[in-house]
Amino acid sequence: MRAYWALLRGQASSQFSYRASFAVDLVANVWSTALDVVTILVLFGVTRTLGGLDLHQALVITGMSACAFATGDMLIGNVERITLYVRTGRFDTVLVRPLRALPQLLLLDLPLRKLSRAVLGAGIYLFALGTAAIAWTPARVVLAVVAPAAGVVFFGAMFVITASVAFWWTESGEFGNAFTYGGRDFTSYPVSVYSGWFRNAFAYALGFAFVSYYPALALLGVPDPIGLPGWVGWCAPLIAVAATALAALIWRLGLRHYTSTGS
Amino acid sequence: MMAVVAARGLRKEFEVKVRAGRLRRTRRTVAAVDGVDITVERGEMVGYIGPNGAGKSTTLKMLTGVLTPSGGEVTVCGLSPVRQRTRLARRIGVVFGQRSQLWWDLPLAASFDLLRHVYRVPPAEHAARLRRCRSLLDLDAFLDTPVRQLSLGQRMRGELTSALLHGPEVLFLDEPTIGLDVVSKQAVRGFLAELGAGGDVTLMLTTHDLADIERLCRRLLVIDHGRVVHDGTIEALHARYGSRRRVVVELDEPLAVPPEVLGATLVGVTPLRIEYDLETATAGELLARLAGLALREVSIVEPDIEDVVARLYTRERAPVTDAP
Repeated sequence: MRAYWALLRGQASSQFSYRASFAVDLVANVWSTALDVVTILVLFGVTRTLGGLDLHQALVITGMSACAFATGDMLIGNVERITLYVRTGRFDTVLVRPLRALPQLLLLDLPLRKLSRAVLGAGIYLFALGTAAIAWTPARVVLAVVAPAAGVVFFGAMFVITASVAFWWTESGEFGNAFTYGGRDFTSYPVSVYSGWFRNAFAYALGFAFVSYYPALALLGVPDPIGLPGWVGWCAPLIAVAATALAALIWRLGLRHYTSTGS
Repeated sequence: MMAVVAARGLRKEFEVKVRAGRLRRTRRTVAAVDGVDITVERGEMVGYIGPNGAGKSTTLKMLTGVLTPSGGEVTVCGLSPVRQRTRLARRIGVVFGQRSQLWWDLPLAASFDLLRHVYRVPPAEHAARLRRCRSLLDLDAFLDTPVRQLSLGQRMRGELTSALLHGPEVLFLDEPTIGLDVVSKQAVRGFLAELGAGGDVTLMLTTHDLADIERLCRRLLVIDHGRVVHDGTIEALHARYGSRRRVVVELDEPLAVPPEVLGATLVGVTPLRIEYDLETATAGELLARLAGLALREVSIVEPDIEDVVARLYTRERAPVTDAP
């Protein structure tokens, strides 16, 4: 553990060695999350309900999604730099250290400047929880904490899966973003606003409906217009665990397939 | 006592896409390392050379656990490099000449300090090793400079130090002198020679600069097209590929017909200068035979390893089967 802590220290002092740029990044990173909220506000300027939810209820979904994504992106999103590491061969130097590859990769480049976004996401979530008229029970308090944490894990798994593609396909470029940033956008709105194959694919096949939509419905006590039973909202941690297991498997296969680059 | 490095039939295959027609591509499997046997004992210093793309770096990456072999068996320090990668990493030091292990934005000294934690080295041991490296590699002048501002030579001295601070049993160096100026090359070689003189550290290095080998390694492994084509001393390489020592004789008086000498070939004749390549004769036998002449100057030219290796690289692939 001390060893990983040392990596984190190295990364932090590297980033603070560019103080001004770090400060600018902190501020700049707030925008994308703020924009998600503005989008919701604009939508509710046009309509009174979205997928059967009012503004404050919809904001629980947006807040939970923003909180989960921003935290997951800060902690694990950087795994997408694996494409750079693989292409330049820097991944070799990761593998000759006596530490596990994935935590090293994450800590060597942990983007502390994204902290501002995670904090804003948490703020929106807390605000939404406070204003959405939730009938609090002990179980719902637990869910309110566990659901975004499961969301962090789920997005983390998504990041690892899409980044692992680089082991086979070095030029994977922006391909993964469709599932990570795309997933963030998808989970910001009630799933009931989508339809057809797109909804089935993203919400159920890929599991994004369980990041914010179903847990939020369970918190709010609102039945699902699509018709799934109320207990599915409580399954978010299971979905996150399943995604993590899949991510671990794919990552390991990828490591074994890693072919490095010429000298 | 088990060999430090033991590889048998080590293979690594890559899939490459080959253009076939305008849009179509077919996959082809290429063996970058094609059945390599390597045994290195404790304290040996082994030079691993070969032309570009021969499989040097690929071999080294399989020995250090970076790449998973496609076939064969390999142990380093008795461990399986890929399966026991993190355990092995504590016992080996690796320098990739073209990749940095240091923290780019931090002073060199800070990288060393972080590595102490990464490898969990007791502070006293770490300090002692660092002190030794600092004096042998002259690090003091740039210890507080961020790594991104170091010259290549300074950085390489930093890389070597970083690979040694955890007291590795084996040191794998991939092109440690590439791109360095003469002074830095000397410094690196001198340091490695000093390190090897202790006899505890096993060293395996790839290089394109054969001076590295002549200075450091008694044993030479030559790889070509993924196979070991020579494993032995530099002398054995010369013997095998017909490089000869040359005796150059300068005379005081012109000589019409230079004497034939058994076991030596006459390769150059001018009135005041004759050159022989020694086949089976020794230099002494040759000179004894020439004793009657008016000798002014005699010099013996050692064969140039560059020539031998160049010849080796351009050879046909066929004779590789006689590799040891």
